[in-house]
Amino acid sequence: MIDAAALRGRRDRADRSFRGLAIGAAATVLLVLGLIAVTMTARARTVIGELGVSFFTSSRWSPADGLYGALPFVWGTLYTAVIALVIAVPVSLGVALFITEVAPRALKRWLIYAIDLLAVVPSVVFGLWGVLVLSTVLPRSFLAAGVVLAIMIIPIITSLAREVLETTPVADKEAALALGATRWEMIGASVIPHSKGGIVGAVMLGLGRAMGETIAAALVIGSATGQITLDALAPGNSMPAVIANSWGEADTLQRSALIALAVLLFAMTIVVNLIATTIVQRSMRRARGTV
Amino acid sequence: MNRLAVALVVFAGCGGKAATDTVTVNASGSTFQKAFQEVAIVKFTKAHPGVQVNYGGGGSGKGRKDLADGVVAFAGADSPYKDAELTAAKGGAVLYFPILLGAITVAYDVPGVDKLQLAPETVAKIFQRDITKWNDPLIVADNPGATLPDLGIVVAHRSDGSGTTDNFTKYLAKAASSVWKLKSGSTVEWSPDTQAGNGNGGVAQIVKSTKGAIGYVDLSDAKASGLAYAAIKNATGAFVVPTAASASAAGDGIAVDDKLLFSALDAPGAAAYPITCQSWVIVYANQADAKTGQAIADYVKFLVTDAQAELTALDFAPLPKSLQDKAIAQLAQLKVGK
Repeated sequence: MIDAAALRGRRDRADRSFRGLAIGAAATVLLVLGLIAVTMTARARTVIGELGVSFFTSSRWSPADGLYGALPFVWGTLYTAVIALVIAVPVSLGVALFITEVAPRALKRWLIYAIDLLAVVPSVVFGLWGVLVLSTVLPRSFLAAGVVLAIMIIPIITSLAREVLETTPVADKEAALALGATRWEMIGASVIPHSKGGIVGAVMLGLGRAMGETIAAALVIGSATGQITLDALAPGNSMPAVIANSWGEADTLQRSALIALAVLLFAMTIVVNLIATTIVQRSMRRARGTV
Repeated sequence: MNRLAVALVVFAGCGGKAATDTVTVNASGSTFQKAFQEVAIVKFTKAHPGVQVNYGGGGSGKGRKDLADGVVAFAGADSPYKDAELTAAKGGAVLYFPILLGAITVAYDVPGVDKLQLAPETVAKIFQRDITKWNDPLIVADNPGATLPDLGIVVAHRSDGSGTTDNFTKYLAKAASSVWKLKSGSTVEWSPDTQAGNGNGGVAQIVKSTKGAIGYVDLSDAKASGLAYAAIKNATGAFVVPTAASASAAGDGIAVDDKLLFSALDAPGAAAYPITCQSWVIVYANQADAKTGQAIADYVKFLVTDAQAELTALDFAPLPKSLQDKAIAQLAQLKVGK
């Protein structure tokens, strides 16, 4: 017969070892992230040491002259991501609202399935579609890249937004309807205010994805160097695209410049994700409060 | 992938008699010579069933870096190491074996024009957008008697960093030095009103699908896409059409240093096609491992001897005899450990 003390001892040991395992797993993630940041930054130091702040402020990227300015690629990354959001957000919210508020149950299941399927299509497939089909009607440009990125982030924003919209308490919706609101008015009065924060978070996660997308952007953006322009039909370049395109033939300094671009992109996506997480958390707290 | 394969080599080496005695030789680098490597590997493996050669491509820069890091057994490259890169190489001194010459065509799509002649200065002005119409007086002057349309020129270039871009721009910097402003390199600052395609195939696709387009494409891709290409004025003033023979002629009689480094661009000789580039295989001079080292030596020897016969069918040019003799003589410097 096992006495109570021994039982407690065994449970403590089990608890302790599980705790250790869990902490270890969590620490590994942080360690990997930290190591990536440290090693990449170390390799990026060559170009920063050579060019100083002009790496961040110059708009000329000329390997022949040993000049590397990140600005046109930062511009291209942000501009294509913004174009993608302008296209993707209305579509995604429309689809998410349709699924949660309008679609009959049978159709709803299939729609969710189709959206999830769209999310797992490899990006190179979208890129090739961009090159082979889209480029026959739209020149390779910021806009072409934005359109392809929009298609890629629609499923992400849709499925996150759908989950947020579904958390709207039925009581809120019924209250609006009981006051004589139409379905459209009910969505405006109950669903949207309740889900605003979560939707913004979903959009920000889509933005992070669009900023980091490599192959699809590399194939359709046009690969022009040094382009900082609002003309959406002009060929441009983005940070991940130039890294993918020039890596194979890059010499030592150019390699360092490309790594520095990667570090910068890493930092930019972390900032976007942090903002997204903060907004989502705040909205979840508010959502819980209303229930 | 490469690391895994190297690990397999080590494993096969340690595994002893139980495993099959296959020696794996991994390489990466120049995509320019990849088509040749693929054909050569098939032929070589037939004669040496115990050796598996893998050529991964990835670009000359990647090949040189992989070799310096000891990740691959040899590298294919269209241009040699810079001194700074070489000091970091793990395996010591390297040997360069030239394996082929190839023409870079100036391919175009102009309705009604099936023959075009261009001087290097004209090519330079077209590619840096100083000339934007096909009936520009400068192009007309290169083509006496031809009728050229009043059509805008669309310039196509590579979107990826490329040895082909490097050689093409080096040629313009040399043969049209007073005109060319974009310098040379695997990536240059093309004007924004140009179009970029991925790989030789991507540029060929733009030229083929765009009226008035012009781009630089290697001979085999230009032929495969059915493109028309210009005869280029060489150093002696003759307009020469790119063919395997005219590329081979460019390799004959050029200055080759004792490391077998040279440039076939803008070569002298009336029959030489001026935009001809070359590709090397780079190996470490001292191969410590007897088995792998021997396999590498055998393969390199095969590349500079028997495999040369395969080049013409691939629209590359074989090494001229003078160069081939030097490459064969250099095989003696490849030392394999016991």
